[in-house]
Formats: sequence, C-alpha cells, structure tokens
Amino acid sequence: MAVLLLAEVTNGELALDATAKAVTAAAQLGDVTALCAGASAAAAGEAAAKIDGVARVLVAEGPELGHRLAEATADLIVSLAGDYDHIVAPATTDAKNILPRVAALLDVMVISDITAVVDAETFERPIYAGNAIQTVKSRDPKKVISIRTSTFDAAGEGGPAPVETIGAGAGSELSAWVEDKVAASDRPELTSAGVVVSGGRGVGSEEDFKMIEALADKLGAAVGASRAAVDSGYAPNDWQVGQTGKVVAPELYIAIGISGAIQHLAGMKDSKVIVAINKDEEAPIFQVADYGLVADLFQAVPELTEKL
Amino acid sequence: MKVLVPVKRVIDYNVKVRVKADGSGVDLANVKMSMNPFDEIAVEEAIRLKEAGKADEIVAVSIGVKQAQETLRTALAMGADRAILVEAADDVSTDIEPLAVAKILKGIVDEEQPGLVLCGKQAIDNDMNATGQMLAALLGWAQGTFASEVDVDGEAAVVTREVDGGLQTIKVKLPAVLTVDLRLNEPRYASLPNIMKAKKKPLDTKTPADYGVDVAPRLEVLKTSEPEARKAGVIVGSVDELVAKLKDEAGVL
Ligand SMILES: Cc1cc2nc3c(=O)[nH]c(=O)nc-3n(C[C@H](O)[C@H](O)[C@H](O)COP(=O)(O)OP(=O)(O)OC[C@H]3O[C@@H](n4cnc5c(N)ncnc54)[C@H](O)[C@@H]3O)c2cc1C
Ligand SMILES: Nc1ncnc2c1ncn2[C@@H]1O[C@H](COP(=O)(O)O)[C@@H](O)[C@H]1O
Repeated sequence: MAVLLLAEVTNGELALDATAKAVTAAAQLGDVTALCAGASAAAAGEAAAKIDGVARVLVAEGPELGHRLAEATADLIVSLAGDYDHIVAPATTDAKNILPRVAALLDVMVISDITAVVDAETFERPIYAGNAIQTVKSRDPKKVISIRTSTFDAAGEGGPAPVETIGAGAGSELSAWVEDKVAASDRPELTSAGVVVSGGRGVGSEEDFKMIEALADKLGAAVGASRAAVDSGYAPNDWQVGQTGKVVAPELYIAIGISGAIQHLAGMKDSKVIVAINKDEEAPIFQVADYGLVADLFQAVPELTEKL
Repeated sequence: MKVLVPVKRVIDYNVKVRVKADGSGVDLANVKMSMNPFDEIAVEEAIRLKEAGKADEIVAVSIGVKQAQETLRTALAMGADRAILVEAADDVSTDIEPLAVAKILKGIVDEEQPGLVLCGKQAIDNDMNATGQMLAALLGWAQGTFASEVDVDGEAAVVTREVDGGLQTIKVKLPAVLTVDLRLNEPRYASLPNIMKAKKKPLDTKTPADYGVDVAPRLEVLKTSEPEARKAGVIVGSVDELVAKLKDEAGVL
C-alpha cells in the first residue's frame, strides 16, 4: 500500500525527530512518500530523503505554501491523494490543523493521534485525556491519520531516496499570514528531549520559574509547564504539557509544584522515569511518580541543581 | 452578523473516567455531564462579540442525545439567543463522529447563514480536534484554529493561534470557522435570573435526516481498554537520596 506522509517543515527546515517518528509508524502501513511543502522546502526534502523507510520524497515549493496555512496545504494534499491509501503526519499542531480539512474534503473520517498501528485499517488512540485507549477500525477507502510521536521511536538514517519536485498548487485567498511569535531557545525541543523539567503553579512567579530553567540547563533538559503555570504567565504557551498541550515521553520527567491533574498526566505519564517534587504528600502526581520528594520546592530545587 | 456556536455535552472534566470491564466503552451512566470546556469559551467569545456590537445574534447548536438540551439551556443562560438540538442518538454512549457533526453543521450553516462559527478546539471525550476544520472544509471557508486571541473586523478576523513553536497570527476572510483554545477568555457563570430567562428562549429540535446526513460511524470501535497502570513508586527522604536513586537505581543521570 502507498502512504503519503506530510513531513513537518517549519520555515524551510525539516523537524527531523517528529518526521522520523511518524515514518516508523507509517512504514508499517506501506511504502512511504514524504511530502515536504512550504515557501522553501528543498532542503527539508533532502533531509527527509535520508530517513530510513522513506521510499520517495516530493518537494512542493512556493509562496502559496508559506507558513503552513491549512487551506492551501490541504488542497495540495487532496490533489495528490488519488495515488495513496493512507495520508499521515506527525500529530503536531500543523497536522491537527490540516489533516481534518483533508479528510473532510475526501469525505473520510480523520483518525487523530494514533498510538499504535494494529493493521492497515486498525489503530489505537487515547481518548478521555488518555484514561482509555480505543481500538478503531476504519471503514473508509482512504485513511487520514495523525501519529502521536511520543509512542514511536525515530527511524534511523537510510536512503537517500529519490527526490521529485512537484507544483505547489493554486494557493488560497482565504487566509493570510500576519506574524509568528516564536521564542528562540538553545534548549532541546520539548517533544524530543531526553529529559524534561516542568514547573507548575507552585513555582509561584515568572521570576521563580528561572529556578526551574536553571535545573533544566544543568541537566541539558527541555522546560515544560502545567496549564496553570502558563495561564498565570510564568511560562509561554508552547511549554504546556498535557491533554491540550504537548505530549512528551522522555527518559526522565521532573514535575515540580505540579499537582498532577489528569489533564497534565495525559501529556507525560508515558515518561520512562517520573520524579515529583511537591510539598503536599497527598498530591495525585505522587501516584504516577517513580520517585517522590515531599518538600518545599524553593529549598529542594536549588539543592538538587547544586548536587547534580 | 450571526454567530453559530456548536456545543457538545461531554463527561465533566473533573469526573474520573471508568472503562467498562467488558471493553465496550466508558461508563457514562449516572455521571456528571457538562458543556465541553472549550465550548463554554466559544459561547463566551460570541457573547463578547455581541456586547461589542459586532454580532447581533448567537445561535447555539448541539448534536447528540435529547439530554443535550441541558447543555443548550446552559448556553442560553450564558447569553445565546436561541438553540437548535439535533437529536442524532438515543443511547448516551453513542458519540457522533466529527465528520457527521460537520455535515449536520454545514446544513445548519446553509440555512442560518452565520458570518462566523465558533467551535471548541477539541472535545474532551473523544479528543479528536477535528470538527471545526472539517466544517470549514465542507463549506469552503477559511479556518482559524486554536485561537487565543480573536479580533473580528468587518470582512476579516485576525486570529492568534497557539502552535507548537509559540504563537502564529493569521488573517482569515469572513465567513470563517474558528476553533477556540483555553486561553482565549474566562467564561462567565450564568446568573440565576438568566437561567430562568433561558427556559423561555427558543429551542428547535431537528434530526440528521432534516439535513440529509447519515450519522453511521466510519470508525468501528473494536474495543476500549484501560491504559497500562504505572508501578507504584517510592517516596525518598532527601535530595541526596533522590540523586542517588536516579544515578544508581534508575540510571538516568
Ligand atoms: C479542558 C481542559 C484542558 C486542560 N489541559 C491541560 C493541559 O494540557 N495541561 C495541564 O497541565 N493542565 C491542563 N488543564 C488544567 C488542569 O486541570 C489543572 O488545573 C492544572 O494542570 C493544574 O496545574 P498545577 O498542577 O500547576 O496547579 P495546581 O493544581 O494549583 O497545583 C500546584 C501544586 O504545587 C504544589 N506547591 C505549591 N507550593 C509549593 C512549594 N512551595 N513547594 C512544593 N510544592 C508546592 C501544591 O501542593 C500543588 O500540588 C486542563 C483543564 C481543562 C478543563
Ligand atoms: N456532537 C456535537 N455537538 C455540538 N458540537 C460539537 C459536537 N461534536 C463536536 N462539536 C464541536 O466541535 C468541537 C471539536 O470537537 P471534536 O472535533 O470532536 O474534538 C467541539 O468543541 C464543539 O464545538
């Protein structure tokens, strides 16, 4: 069977980790053609061609496809859909924006955020903030699927696969890009980091969040946050971990001043080792933690940073 | 401008979800149900547009079992003007898929001709995050998803979106479908007098057949299971002990 995979391309660059994890899932379905689309996408195409399991790369480049706007990108994918049984992408915010639009245009139901491939038409996906896992079988002629990257290992290096340039499509007048507000950071990316240090409302202020960041930097970790910490303005929105934020599964997750609401657990409970630091011994986070420390974070965190 | 707000009745976000032992689904009998939290935010945003003189009528729509009437009454009590209930199932455990919901919503949009549809970003039961995007596709409209800021102005809306890299601002042509994220606003509580008034606001009842839509699912649910539980952990007595455990026992440092 033939699979079209929308590679994650941001400002001309391939998000290798997310794309390579999606390739691992997609390769279980058939021959993978990776589509790199954007205002500039050729370099991303070269990078995608070197992922093991990618059989072919399509590069669609043009200003119409800039900034990953859903309308133009969905139209392009639909124009290619005839050749494929599956249309998949890593479940990033881009894919969640674009794939349901593609599915509706093809009159099929989208299958969001799958965590396992059972066979070419059967998949597992978490529902109710990860409190239940549903196994669903699609009756649609084409399957449009987003893949939760945290549950698949990244495909290694291979290829290079042949790269073909295709037209960008007609573009769309429906929407236009205005601006991006992206904070540059030297830290590892949250969804691919081996270690994540997250702070919650207990941290108390944006100032004190620096303490969380210092611990993260000592560990070479990414920084995460609970929704309460983001809502309170201690941390930017793209640090939010949870049901409606990012899903992470690092080797080590350290939750500091986070109570452990199910909506937060939904984004981190598949981490290998979980550490919780909280002054309330009854906090639900301790029920999923491998190592719990009942302590005041304002003492424990600087001490931990120093002793590492 | 008329604003259409689809609101879904879901299990309350505070309720601990229980998976039925026979794998047939999640136990929804006698549990507290509420309006999907994202949809409360969508209703609130519509009310604010009306208060700002940018919208003149708010129509709330729910698709599901007849009990979804309660969810619509909540929307009416918050400030929606009228409601449409599309009775699409008898059994509370039947979830109508986003594609079918989007098709029904398209039928309603064709009749009502709103200038804006405000959906939630995601229903907290099926976690699909799809309906708004699907509706925009079926209508051939622009979409502005995961909105944390919305500025509606004449022919267009400027929408700030929460994306993986941070925030993205786009301008969409109206009419459009927007899906709202949690940080867009703080929804109001309905006051008692408004709850009383809401009982008299119009609520129409329809069926999927009225819009020519077949709600048969495309995804067959083979089973529903509990996720693997984590092993119980240990409480350590000090930072030193924590560091030692992480080094020697867990081997992650
Ligand atoms: C639809 C919906 C979606 C949601 N999505 C998400 C999501 O994606 N991600 C998410 O995180 N949340 C999400 N939430 C919110 C979630 O329900 C919780 O409200 C949130 O996770 C709480 O954040 P918190 O643990 O930081 O704050 P709190 O629950 O207030 O916990 C703070 C913790 O800090 C501890 N503490 C305080 N001071 C100290 C100290 N000095 N030392 C040590 N410990 C201290 C306290 O004991 C407490 O346990 C969502 C909610 C809804 C309704
Ligand atoms: N059955 C329904 N009735 C009314 N609105 C719905 C229904 N299902 C989904 N929606 C709307 O679509 C949004 C996203 O839902 P979903 O795509 O299921 O995650 C919700 O927040 C609602 O605004």
